[in-house]
Amino acid sequence: MAEETILSVKDLNVKFSLRGRTLHAIRGVSLDVQKGESLAIVGESGSGKTVLTKTFMGLLDNNGWIDSGSIYFEGKDLVKFREEKDWLKVRGRKIAMVLQDPMTSLNPLKSIGKQIGEALKLHQGLKGKAAKHRIMEILLDVGIEEPGRRMKQYPYQFSGGMRQRVVIAIAIACNPQVLICDEPTTALDVTIQAQILNLIRNLVRKYNLTCIYITHDLGVVANVADRIAVMYAGDIVEIGTSEEIFYSPRHPYTWALLSSLPQLGIRGEELSSIRGTPPSLFKDIRGDAFAPRNPHALNIDFVQRPPYFEVSPTHKVRSWLLDSRAPEVEPPKVLSRIRREGASLYDQ
Amino acid sequence: MTNKREPLLRVEDLRVAFGERRKRFYAVNGVSFDIARGETFGLVGESGSGKTSIGRAIIRVYPTAGGQVFYKGQRISGRISRELDRRVTREIQMIFQDPMASLNERAKVGYIVAEGLYATEKGLSAAQREEKVREALLDVGLLHEFASRFPHEFSGGQRQRIGIARALIMQPEFIIADEPISALDVSIRAQVLNLLSQLQKKRGLTYLFISHDLSVMRFICDRIAVIHKGVLVELAHTEELFLCPLHPYTRLLLSAIPMPNPAYERNKTVLTYDEGMHDYSVDKPVWRELWPGHFVRGNQKELDSYRQCRLGLGIPPVTDE
Repeated sequence: MAEETILSVKDLNVKFSLRGRTLHAIRGVSLDVQKGESLAIVGESGSGKTVLTKTFMGLLDNNGWIDSGSIYFEGKDLVKFREEKDWLKVRGRKIAMVLQDPMTSLNPLKSIGKQIGEALKLHQGLKGKAAKHRIMEILLDVGIEEPGRRMKQYPYQFSGGMRQRVVIAIAIACNPQVLICDEPTTALDVTIQAQILNLIRNLVRKYNLTCIYITHDLGVVANVADRIAVMYAGDIVEIGTSEEIFYSPRHPYTWALLSSLPQLGIRGEELSSIRGTPPSLFKDIRGDAFAPRNPHALNIDFVQRPPYFEVSPTHKVRSWLLDSRAPEVEPPKVLSRIRREGASLYDQ
Repeated sequence: MTNKREPLLRVEDLRVAFGERRKRFYAVNGVSFDIARGETFGLVGESGSGKTSIGRAIIRVYPTAGGQVFYKGQRISGRISRELDRRVTREIQMIFQDPMASLNERAKVGYIVAEGLYATEKGLSAAQREEKVREALLDVGLLHEFASRFPHEFSGGQRQRIGIARALIMQPEFIIADEPISALDVSIRAQVLNLLSQLQKKRGLTYLFISHDLSVMRFICDRIAVIHKGVLVELAHTEELFLCPLHPYTRLLLSAIPMPNPAYERNKTVLTYDEGMHDYSVDKPVWRELWPGHFVRGNQKELDSYRQCRLGLGIPPVTDE
């Protein structure tokens, strides 16, 4: 399959200045996003997953800046954008975003038809009948029945799941090429979450979107992601296809994330949890950022930052454990439950 | 086993209503269950199903519109003596969902944790109170120095621990945990779940664990009740429920659990549930114990088919041990 890179991040460094101190939020991330793929970025809160995607849309807070690196999108380096005018051509039009909480990302004072229409008018110049027609079409696409009646209603008349559908409708209204979903289901019930995940998957197929899906819950992404990038302390520590990450993860942090999933827990036994806290990004991190919490840490982990080791052409891991000189370390036993889980239990 | 154990809490035909006469809405409509001492009882349902209302009715925040709640054999719903009210306030504690919203931003952790003591144990000296705060913080794995800090200095997981310490300091016997981990990161969920289990073992606590996520409940609960629109539809031992869910709504909830298995997830179909699928026009639904400990709601025809379905599995029902 010939793959085309739509978004290419090279050695990106993002810093924030907070109360006179500098916080190094993204520490040299390189990432190629292929056209038409669904890429999930997974990490704990504070790992920089949201900050990374905000740089794609020029939405960094005022106290943050891109220190070095480049982000190529359609042959242009987004890092060089200085004026709002440049960003308006990309933001919303080519790269759109769905945020976590549908309760706060909609305007309570405007009917949802108007809110979708705003996007159409701004980016595509659609007005009147043509706009209305398109709004109804989009609402049907996101699974909202009776669009003619629903478009006149206000956000309070929609349930949480329906509101998230509206937010998605606004995001896809302008036929963007890249859709960034930032924890779109975290505020929702499990049943609604399943529906929204299905919806996103179907829309990605229908509109031929490239999807970047951000979440802290590895359990959720098996459904939507072709590839998964695991972030820790502002760095991608492991990246690979869904199968590679779930069935043969190699980084101890990915092991820890996976084995703390309650889906894999056995009653009466301790659920494995990650000891300690993520490192402070105010300080310079020496060696492997995960080393202090890593039960398998080697001496070198505290001294030198590991390079990427290639497990397969698609699977890269930043851990010294993959060095040929490193001792053999077995992944936690509980991970063997992953293949069994689901397949056997819930199909009856 | 379950039947022989003394129930710590018994809920009988509980109703909770909102709104005035003509617009009266029953958020909880005739719910009955027992919780045995030392048990973790799960209550699962979607938002709006009334699961939180049940918790709040038990702890007397919401008035009951019908039915009764018994705690250690004594009725605690409706009008009760002041003495009993005080005891209930003390022995039943609650842990809330959002640790960002449930802690007083302007109070120091020491005060937040000790607040219950100010209300119920007025005779305590400052030193005694401090000692109790220190113990409670230690129990949840926090340092006692934290007592002099403000909530905003803590991460989500630590704040939830503060919320748990606040409940523990009252020496409760029964804790209502209302979605205690939904607002937390997955890696931190494990820590909080482990902490809850440890505390239960150490202190013999009884939990009512409310959540919308069955995957979490499987790990922590002994028995699970499924609630839909204010009515219980199924109640069984956890493993029994996961092994042979009978009610279509329970099956939907199970099918919605995201699994960390791409091959499985890609081919999965999430079931749907529509109340219209039940034909209750003539044959009215009842709440029936089909197997020891396995209750399900349905009309005679449905119950028969559930029974067949359960027999077809050819596994003995899972009860305690």
